[in-house]
Amino acid sequence: MNISLILQMAADAEPDREALVCNGRRWTYGELWQAAQGAAHNISRSGCQFVAFLDESSEATPMALFGAALAGVPYVPLNYRLADEDLAALLKRIAPAYAIGDVSRIQRINADGGHTCLTRAEFVAAAESVKQAFDAVESEEADVAAQIFTSGTTSAPKAALLKHANLLSYILGTVEFGSAAPEEAGLVCVPPYHIAGIAAMLSSIYSLRKILLLPAFDPDAWLALASEERASNAFVVPTMLTRIIARLDEGVKADLSSLQAIAYGGGPMPVVVIERAMQLFPNCGFTNAYGLTETSSTIALLGPEDHRVAFSSQEPAVRARLGSVGRPLPTIELEIRDEEGHCLPAGERGEIYVRGEQVSGEYRERSALDADGWFPTRDAGWLDEEGFLFLAGRADDVIVRGGENISPGEIEDVLLTHPAIADAAAVAAPSTEWGEAVGIAISIKPDCAAPSESELKSLIKDRLRSSRVPERIAVLDELPYNEMGKLLRREIRKLFSE
Amino acid sequence: MKPGTKLKSAACTTEVMVIKGSGFTVDCGGSPMSDTAPETPTELDGQFSAGTQVGKRYVNSDGSVELLCVKAGKGSLSIAGVALQIKDSKPLPSSD
Repeated sequence: MNISLILQMAADAEPDREALVCNGRRWTYGELWQAAQGAAHNISRSGCQFVAFLDESSEATPMALFGAALAGVPYVPLNYRLADEDLAALLKRIAPAYAIGDVSRIQRINADGGHTCLTRAEFVAAAESVKQAFDAVESEEADVAAQIFTSGTTSAPKAALLKHANLLSYILGTVEFGSAAPEEAGLVCVPPYHIAGIAAMLSSIYSLRKILLLPAFDPDAWLALASEERASNAFVVPTMLTRIIARLDEGVKADLSSLQAIAYGGGPMPVVVIERAMQLFPNCGFTNAYGLTETSSTIALLGPEDHRVAFSSQEPAVRARLGSVGRPLPTIELEIRDEEGHCLPAGERGEIYVRGEQVSGEYRERSALDADGWFPTRDAGWLDEEGFLFLAGRADDVIVRGGENISPGEIEDVLLTHPAIADAAAVAAPSTEWGEAVGIAISIKPDCAAPSESELKSLIKDRLRSSRVPERIAVLDELPYNEMGKLLRREIRKLFSE
Repeated sequence: MKPGTKLKSAACTTEVMVIKGSGFTVDCGGSPMSDTAPETPTELDGQFSAGTQVGKRYVNSDGSVELLCVKAGKGSLSIAGVALQIKDSKPLPSSD
């Protein structure tokens, strides 16, 4: 199996249909397919073991992804925001690579890596100039389509391996070939080194939905592109949606009448943000997707109808589902397990385990799958009576106060209802009495006064219970996030550990 | 034959990729499929001429065989004279 089939089928079916718009230029499926085959020739000839991609998204992204797949060489998108030292360590692990993008940086930090280096323009020109067909390399050794380094927040980055079979299984199981109408266009602005960036390429092309590629996210550029190219779909991470809404609320004008569907994921979406988004875009269907690199993207989703039902319900349990990630995909199995590995019933919080053909769970160094093929996600969560999945932070983020497990999310949701609080995080703070207690960090909206400690404590006590009341409170200018909008809880824990 | 194997019709332009199953012979338009198409196509069997649709997955009755149609044609797929069916899939909202 080879994921290049996705682009090949699209090019066979609709060679002249527009596939990609980026920086004002346009490519058809036929043109992308020809360039991918050209890239495969060049990658093969280089004799390199990996294709490294160190760049923002552009037309080079699908050409490199599918070119590498055809050539039977793993595609390795690298995070250009990493510090030199961290990036150099990753480059050493994939030497010699056919490296595309920031050539001068690669040569500066890993000069002896033996990499074949091409700038974006050089790579695209070389790929487009070879006008020869290329038959996909199919072999047991060439079964890895993509190698993605995890963000390595607790240890050295792990090299997650996604096989052709994992990614194809995800696409075939979730996308109907050619299902997009000719006028459909999806705005893609996630970075190429994130699994969502790869999934966006694959699913857009398989559905024949035109990709509007925004190389670097900026709310004004996003609004302009969505309006000029009449985007029908978009995928955003929560911080992006927050920033887009802020610009609209500030009076920035954009014609978003074409927008029919917004999917979001990559981190928890504050309920207040999604509620505001649903008011601003009443005709838009919202989909919340939950997935991991190791699971080839989405494993659970809350669809447009689920959003509408939850949004309009007076029933607290139904209303709460707006804060869930929906139901597991029909093509995977999902269980909540306790620390001893026993399956837990609805309503009980534990670790999320998944199994299915799209689930890789393998790293270059080891497999994380258990004997029966289940992957422990390290994410904590629980299922409600109807099978809706609620996330409760990383398994390691739980606050254990005197034996009671406290999920940071419930405290954060209450704090965010306070009119002066812009952002909030709850973490474990060391406590001599309880082992761990609740510590909170908040940031304040512009022109608002910070609420007093007693006000915050009574807000939590009234809405939750006394065990949730924070012992430590920090008011920050801004909470620490990484570039994908993931909250860096370890940074906040540090505030309370001293 | 194993998952990933591509097969071509002898009677029409249909091409499929094996998703699941091994040790079976699949016919298209009434003639066995193989990795190469003959220079002169065989005659299409009228019983198996409903056509194939690109992007559809075809399964046998017990689900032990699953094929993805990667190129459409005029023939239809069968194993031992029994027509394969299009696999039902519930459309999901786009999540990426």
